[in-house]
Amino acid sequence: MNVTLTVNGEARSVDVAPNTLLVELLRNHLGLSGTHVGCDTSQCGACTVHVNGASVKSCTMLAAQADDAEVTTIEGIGSPERLHPMQAAFRECHALQCGFCTPGMIMSAIDLVNNSPQLDEAAVRHGLEGNICRCTGYHNIVRAVLTGAAEMRSRAS
Amino acid sequence: MSATGIGASVRRVEDVRFITGRGRYTDDMNQPGQVYAAFLRSPYARARIVDVDDAGAMEVEGVLAVLTGRDMAADGLGDLPCGWLVKSKDGSDMRQPPHPPLAVEVCNYVGEPYGVVIAATIAAAREGADAVMTEFEELEAVVSAADATKSTQIYANVPANRSYQWELGDKAATDQAFARAAHVTKLDITNNRLIPNALEPRAAIGVYDASNESFTLYTTSQNPHLARLVLSAFVKLAPEHKLRVVAPDVGGGFGSKIFIYPEETTVAWASRRIGRPVKWTAERSESFLADAHGRDHVTHAELALDAQGHFLGLRVKTIANLGAYLSTFASSVPTFLYGTLLAGQYRTPAIHVEVDGVFTNTAPVDAYRGAGRPEATYVVERIVETAARELKIDPMELRRRNFIQPKDFPYQTPVALVYDTGDYEASLNKALELIDYSGFPARRAASVSRGRKRGIGFSCYIEACGLAPSKLATALGAGVGLYESGEVRVNPTGSVTVFTGSHSHGQGHETTFAQIVSDRLGVPIENVEVVHGDTGRIEFGLGTYGSRSVAVGGSALMKATDKVIAKGKKIAAYMLESEAGNIDFDTGVFSVRASNRSMTFGEVAFAAYVPSNYPLDELEPGLSEKAFYDPQNFTFPAGTHIAEVEIDPDTGVVSIANFVAVDDFGKVINPMIVEGQVHGGIAQGIGQALLEHGIYDETGQLITGSFMDYCMPRADDLPNFTVDTTVTACTHNPLGVKGCGEAGAIAAPAAIMNAITDAIGVKDVAMPATPERVWRACRGK
Repeated sequence: MNVTLTVNGEARSVDVAPNTLLVELLRNHLGLSGTHVGCDTSQCGACTVHVNGASVKSCTMLAAQADDAEVTTIEGIGSPERLHPMQAAFRECHALQCGFCTPGMIMSAIDLVNNSPQLDEAAVRHGLEGNICRCTGYHNIVRAVLTGAAEMRSRAS
Repeated sequence: MSATGIGASVRRVEDVRFITGRGRYTDDMNQPGQVYAAFLRSPYARARIVDVDDAGAMEVEGVLAVLTGRDMAADGLGDLPCGWLVKSKDGSDMRQPPHPPLAVEVCNYVGEPYGVVIAATIAAAREGADAVMTEFEELEAVVSAADATKSTQIYANVPANRSYQWELGDKAATDQAFARAAHVTKLDITNNRLIPNALEPRAAIGVYDASNESFTLYTTSQNPHLARLVLSAFVKLAPEHKLRVVAPDVGGGFGSKIFIYPEETTVAWASRRIGRPVKWTAERSESFLADAHGRDHVTHAELALDAQGHFLGLRVKTIANLGAYLSTFASSVPTFLYGTLLAGQYRTPAIHVEVDGVFTNTAPVDAYRGAGRPEATYVVERIVETAARELKIDPMELRRRNFIQPKDFPYQTPVALVYDTGDYEASLNKALELIDYSGFPARRAASVSRGRKRGIGFSCYIEACGLAPSKLATALGAGVGLYESGEVRVNPTGSVTVFTGSHSHGQGHETTFAQIVSDRLGVPIENVEVVHGDTGRIEFGLGTYGSRSVAVGGSALMKATDKVIAKGKKIAAYMLESEAGNIDFDTGVFSVRASNRSMTFGEVAFAAYVPSNYPLDELEPGLSEKAFYDPQNFTFPAGTHIAEVEIDPDTGVVSIANFVAVDDFGKVINPMIVEGQVHGGIAQGIGQALLEHGIYDETGQLITGSFMDYCMPRADDLPNFTVDTTVTACTHNPLGVKGCGEAGAIAAPAAIMNAITDAIGVKDVAMPATPERVWRACRGK
């Protein structure tokens, strides 16, 4: 079947088997390997992307369900030359080690900031409980999300 | 200190690719013509393979082949070896069952692979695997390690399912110590089985090139050269010069990616058999079933004390679950990495430990972050705290009375190790200050007034890192040397490419090692590139585990850098018309002592490659040096971790009010990275204490086989951590470093469990201290 969608601002049309997951479409059909797969039960959040502006675990959604949708992946939010404030905060706060959970963590964090008028440490911890990191113990991730949130808000205002 | 040199919190070089989705993990790679593997895995804990009928599978569109252990054996592939020979106390060698990469006759744990389906797509491979009809004859399985020696014999060559009965220490002296003790504290504890769960599942792509009969294996390895060595020397896949192993970006390891596994071996072999690249990426369920697990000890310990609270002797008896086979380093973990650490930070004069390593029909158990040392710390720090409570001595005071003092170093323990340096009171005192120990009674009273229980727990740990002096390790049974290699290749324009045999899978070597070389050579850090993880580019190496990378791999780079400087001095001396002994090197400049004549590092590098004015009759052109560094001793990171918990007795929920870690890692290259390592280690230690437990049911089915059943620490399970350091420089490596990767996982469980038992007023709660267990303990049930 054919799926037509916008990925990172670019119109794409992809022929996929009906049982193809959105994450498979992104990784295998479009070569966007920044979105990772860390589990098979939609628990770890490594595959988190934005669909129509909201964070979604892309392993838990069929590609067909993303027909006509706007999808944003980690590759679409910033580049090495122009990092998104949340990407910059993750680096500045040493919020990543092996980097495998990081794309999903950043995408969740951006969504969390966009949907939370106020964020404190407890709210960040609660908001990220759908994303597993095995390396950092979350301490620096929480710091990064608060730092990134402040920068996102200051840019928006 | 420069902004990017040794001691600076340089932001990581590798981060830019990770935060922008440009990392290159094994599953991100694809090869032209690649096909896919799906493994056939045993549904039983122990079962004879009667028949594998692949007719249905071969009818599935896209399926190319169904291969079994018999096919592999027919191709002459050997068993997966265990790399450390442990001897029993009677002098006999450990017993080990044969471990074919794919089971041939009998499967011995749920999830053990016995065959593989190769197909054009992942979906076809999985459908093909479902269509294989395998007839099994189920056999009686052994699941409980505690009962293993009395259970059905699993292997004909392993009586009582015991691989070894290992001992260390002076039994007679220890018995004498107990005979004159004023007090004996006894403790029975278990160290719960853990499943490592690096977030990137294992993956591999085998590529066979028929034109020169060579293999390339892309895989999620912490030590690609070791993989190559084992696959070549033992499995007989290919000679080393015909086998390249590449471990690209690897998404965490924690020990679980040290080992040489069946699946990676199989895809490499299958690529030759099929004539196309073969790719496999584990599903998380496969990781749970077939990654090597960690810990799983049952221990009885006794501590003898005199009337003043001085430790006289420690007696420990442990049953260690090895799982169904001896994984790559499994035998060493509950022995040389465990028994040797039982002195802890204390002057206990007599120690005797006995370990029964037993087989069960469960996944193999091997090194997991800390590997033996968390188990040792858990025994020592739990029993010391218990003794303090029994004797009604402040646990800090009891520890102080028994600490090895700075004047005692080097200190020979009764369990083989010689500690080079340390200052245990310094880290204890700092930790007490950071947790505001004197304010604890008031905080406890406040908790009690709110109907809560509050406890504080200590863990004064020590670990042995920087594995290891090769002579010592091989004398104790190691099958490989434990040095590390490094190469510093100065390019003609003065930039530097650094090759290390250690491997980064989250540790940040591309930054830390660049800091070392940049600092020593005075070359800007952005002009230093660190290369690792490819046997085709790096001469040799033993990889990353046991917190060894900077202590051993960094020291190798120091040696290589020293050679570069020494050669540079000769070049500069010639060009500046002086003697090498008269040349000083500082911050990137070679200068003639007491003169104004000098050359920059870049000028010397250029001269080395364009040798027009150059001592060609004495010196080869080029400026590239290699070094192997073999450590003289282990390093001994140590410190104090303190946990303060509050418990709701109505729900059994434990919340961590504060967690303080003060560690002595010797000198620190990058404090930011070191703090991150401590945070991550603590998180895994708290995970062990409160959340994580790998559980098999009585038939040997893994009932914690997904993230829905196995409780991983999540952001809202953990507090912020208060982390600090004290410093005694390691005395025997050129950087003065000790290693920081495992401290948190080693120290945290005892601190948390001491805090919980303090809060409730009970002797023990089993890990993980789930709300149910805590609730029951609060009610004396």
